[in-house]
Amino acid sequence: MGEHIVKTYDEELSGLRTRLAHMGGLAEEQLAAAMNGLNGRDTALARNIIDSDEKIDELEREIEEKAILVLAKRQPVAGDLREIVVALRLAMDLERIGDFAKNIAKRTFAIAEERPFREFGSLNRIGRLALEQLKNVLDAYARKDAEKALSVWHADEELDSLYNSLFRELLTYMMGDPRTIGTCTHLLFGAKNIERIGDHTTNIAENIYFLVHGEALDVKRPKGDTTSVAHIDYVEK
Amino acid sequence: MNVMTAERPVTDDKTPRRMVDREVADDSCHIKMTARDVNVFYGDAQALFNVDIDIADNEVTALIGPSGCGKSTFLRCLNRMNDPIRGCRVQGRLTLDGDDIYDPDLDPVLLRARIGMVFQKPNPFPKSIFDNVAYGPRIHGLASDKAELGEIVTMSLEKAGLLNEVKDRLDQPGTSLSGGQQQRLCIARAIAIRPEVILMDEPCSSLDPVATARIERLMDELSEDYTIVIVTHSMQQAARVSKRTAFFHLGKLVEFGGTDQIFTNPKDQRTQDYITGRFG
Repeated sequence: MGEHIVKTYDEELSGLRTRLAHMGGLAEEQLAAAMNGLNGRDTALARNIIDSDEKIDELEREIEEKAILVLAKRQPVAGDLREIVVALRLAMDLERIGDFAKNIAKRTFAIAEERPFREFGSLNRIGRLALEQLKNVLDAYARKDAEKALSVWHADEELDSLYNSLFRELLTYMMGDPRTIGTCTHLLFGAKNIERIGDHTTNIAENIYFLVHGEALDVKRPKGDTTSVAHIDYVEK
Repeated sequence: MNVMTAERPVTDDKTPRRMVDREVADDSCHIKMTARDVNVFYGDAQALFNVDIDIADNEVTALIGPSGCGKSTFLRCLNRMNDPIRGCRVQGRLTLDGDDIYDPDLDPVLLRARIGMVFQKPNPFPKSIFDNVAYGPRIHGLASDKAELGEIVTMSLEKAGLLNEVKDRLDQPGTSLSGGQQQRLCIARAIAIRPEVILMDEPCSSLDPVATARIERLMDELSEDYTIVIVTHSMQQAARVSKRTAFFHLGKLVEFGGTDQIFTNPKDQRTQDYITGRFG
């Protein structure tokens, strides 16, 4: 899109975009670090993640403040209006993603107290996928690429199905050896956090679609998390 | 049939095609005025190119666009205000309730009684407030006696939202009122002859925000009984008051659609650029 006649208007909008890119980068880092912390029972790293969340929150407040100011001063319409509304929504989603990464980091302390546990494979897979999805959706935002956002949107189904099988896997461990119940419960919560990150990534993808096309994505979101109705048969040994 | 048409975003200037505005075609509004293939020339210079537009009854239609885009020229075509301009030629078909308004047998004075106009600068006659409003009904013989004339004046001032402010001083000159009041007086004068359509050419451009808000509220109320076409330089005003918006650029109708759509998701890049302040 061309430049505004009023140059400071362009600067205000690009200021919003820059902050969002920064925020997205931080959320990505936090999630990656949270997964590493969990794997390595690294409580120092976990502490660091918890402290760094404040930076993301701060950016969200800044974006909100600046966006409200642009709305009040410029009365934006059409593409400009969508840009600002979407920036507000993305900032909220990224802030939540940061919170979930922080929650995962918090589990590290509890897990470090428990007996060592080796079965991190599935959790790492779902973590890697969530991270990749987040990275892709942030790329899609930077390039205003609705097609790419759409592919992120569809890939959330895979994340959900990974989460469902991880849920069953962890239950199996717990039934097999009740001493793993402590760790596995924490990992289950961690996995749920990752699944929620996927949902917020999907929100972001929908908003990118709206930003580019000016209309909401008109498809029903697949309901992926079926664990709320899952029934597990306990087998007596 | 109430299909609204507008020129398709032009790729080939020689063959303007008509685009059916789906949103507009869907609702069952009645079409008050139509323009088909309207071209306007000032001498050799062409000011409007193949304009197709339908004006819906009892609604506010806003015409927007940068200076010189032809929106005021088009507005003036709607009540033949271009007729007295030397060298001005209007081609194409313009109708009011299906009748050709450029029919040579039609008296433009009677046409303008059906299609009133309010101008950019409030222009009350140098007469009393009462006589300003009574002028039209008198020359058109709309009142049989003094009492009826008084009734028309009171009702028009009431409709224009001015009665409470002036009822005790109807004998004072219209020019003694404030700018916003003068503009409402001109609106009262326009509606005193019971027009069907009111054309407004930047009616708020010389008014402060409070007076502007009053006129905008008035447009809302009047659109229940009248068809209103407004030319405005304020995009926000077009967004606030109108149901449909037409964007003109370089003498062409670029985009015409529901105001909500034009201001949230315009289809043409030129519309987008103009309303977001990227050229003008």
